[in-house]
Amino acid sequence: MARDKSTLLYAETHEWADVVDDGDSKIATVGISAFAIQQLNDLVYMDLPDVGKKVTAGEEFGEVESVKAVSPLYSPVTGEVIEVHSDLPDQLEQLNADPYDFGWIVKIRIEDEASLGALMDHAAYEKQCAEAG
Amino acid sequence: MSPSQLASTPLDQWHRDAGARMVPFAGYEMPIQYGSIVTEHQACRNAAALFDVSHMGRLRFDGPGSVAFLDRLLTRDIRNMPLGRVRYSLICNENGGILDDVLVYHVETPSQNPYHLMVVNASNREKIIRWIEPLLADFPEVIVTDRTDLTAMIAVQGPKAMAACRRLFSYDPTRLKYYHAVITNQFSKPALVSRTGYTGEDGLELIVRAEEAPRIWENILLAGRDEGFMAAGLGARDTLRMEAAMPLYGHELNETIDPFSAGLGFACDLDGRDFIGGDALREIKATGPKQIRIGLLPDGKRPAREGCEVLDQAGNSVGVITSGGPSPTLDRPIAMAMVDASAATHDTLQIDIRGKRVDATRTDLPFYKRPV
Repeated sequence: MARDKSTLLYAETHEWADVVDDGDSKIATVGISAFAIQQLNDLVYMDLPDVGKKVTAGEEFGEVESVKAVSPLYSPVTGEVIEVHSDLPDQLEQLNADPYDFGWIVKIRIEDEASLGALMDHAAYEKQCAEAG
Repeated sequence: MSPSQLASTPLDQWHRDAGARMVPFAGYEMPIQYGSIVTEHQACRNAAALFDVSHMGRLRFDGPGSVAFLDRLLTRDIRNMPLGRVRYSLICNENGGILDDVLVYHVETPSQNPYHLMVVNASNREKIIRWIEPLLADFPEVIVTDRTDLTAMIAVQGPKAMAACRRLFSYDPTRLKYYHAVITNQFSKPALVSRTGYTGEDGLELIVRAEEAPRIWENILLAGRDEGFMAAGLGARDTLRMEAAMPLYGHELNETIDPFSAGLGFACDLDGRDFIGGDALREIKATGPKQIRIGLLPDGKRPAREGCEVLDQAGNSVGVITSGGPSPTLDRPIAMAMVDASAATHDTLQIDIRGKRVDATRTDLPFYKRPV
């Protein structure tokens, strides 16, 4: 079933997080928005973290490169990387078509739920993108 | 520099209407891309692409002393350059460091005396004008005019460029040999058409009156529409010139790099001439340059970018990447580097890409050569 992007949380830096309750803890599936992909244009390389890496909200966990530029990927949440979409770097062209389902990047077990408070809902993120033009 | 202080080219409105992403570049607002850089790049390799290069500086030299003056200024001997020829040259300082790389045209006009035109890099235009001014004191018969703002410059590059222009122009541009130029009246106004470019493809560069530029641009795009002509921005221009291993000022060329290091010894005529930097260049040629520009193919998919450190297999720093990125044609990263002469013959080197060491194979330049 396709992910409903209107229920996602968004970072100012254009990452999205789909947060679900796992029983014991919350798991965030993380990707980058269609707006970001359109702005980046011509993606050629992605550098992903290893499973087990501790990440902090607002800090870099990887890189995505377009023809012209390197852009950091910032973690929208604080926690531990429990799964990495390792096929993605070889299929970056599919990110364009499907950033919210095929294009997930990492799954993070959230260790600090307070970090979620800094994220935007869909309406607020849409507004940010509209203002960025 | 704030956006309001930036200059715009005569094609500025066209770029904006076409949805170009505009960026500040060398004092101008220029289109970096209209859509995808890769698509624009491929249009140039497979059909043709149009580039607005109006930001390049155009300096005209008139008067009987022009040849003697340019002979003093340039590393290249242009004294016997026939009418209609274009020649690549360098301007060096006394130490042999490169102040700019330029194209010099010897232009024959129907109604006036022949003159020389020099196309300089946009980022160096002011510097070159300042460099020239005091030198002119010894050449009172030379008149230098900056024609940049009065004119526009359009490059049409790609395997189908010449055929489309042949249909469009009344003058058949295929009659022009490579690195030749002619003034034509194709568009009822004079245009200087040259068979030159900066992409590794066959094609033309047109210097036209500023007010004529949008119409000419549109006409060429229309003439090649069915064949896939596209407008292309500075992004594609950079990936194309990188594949063709053409040096770019501020990257492979600067005032601390000499022509032999840059692989541009062919553009230095050292015998029997007295020009600025000549003595230094003769000495560098005799002893050999300390650094050399080489091509590298980094392993894997990750592009090595300008500024990345180059190391030998023992881990010693031997140089730096001057240009690097993905090659759309080769579908792999490519890079040019300036490395110590002693390391330039190594078959493999390493590149530090933001903290990760990647092996790289030295390769002959250019990375891409168009099929003959």
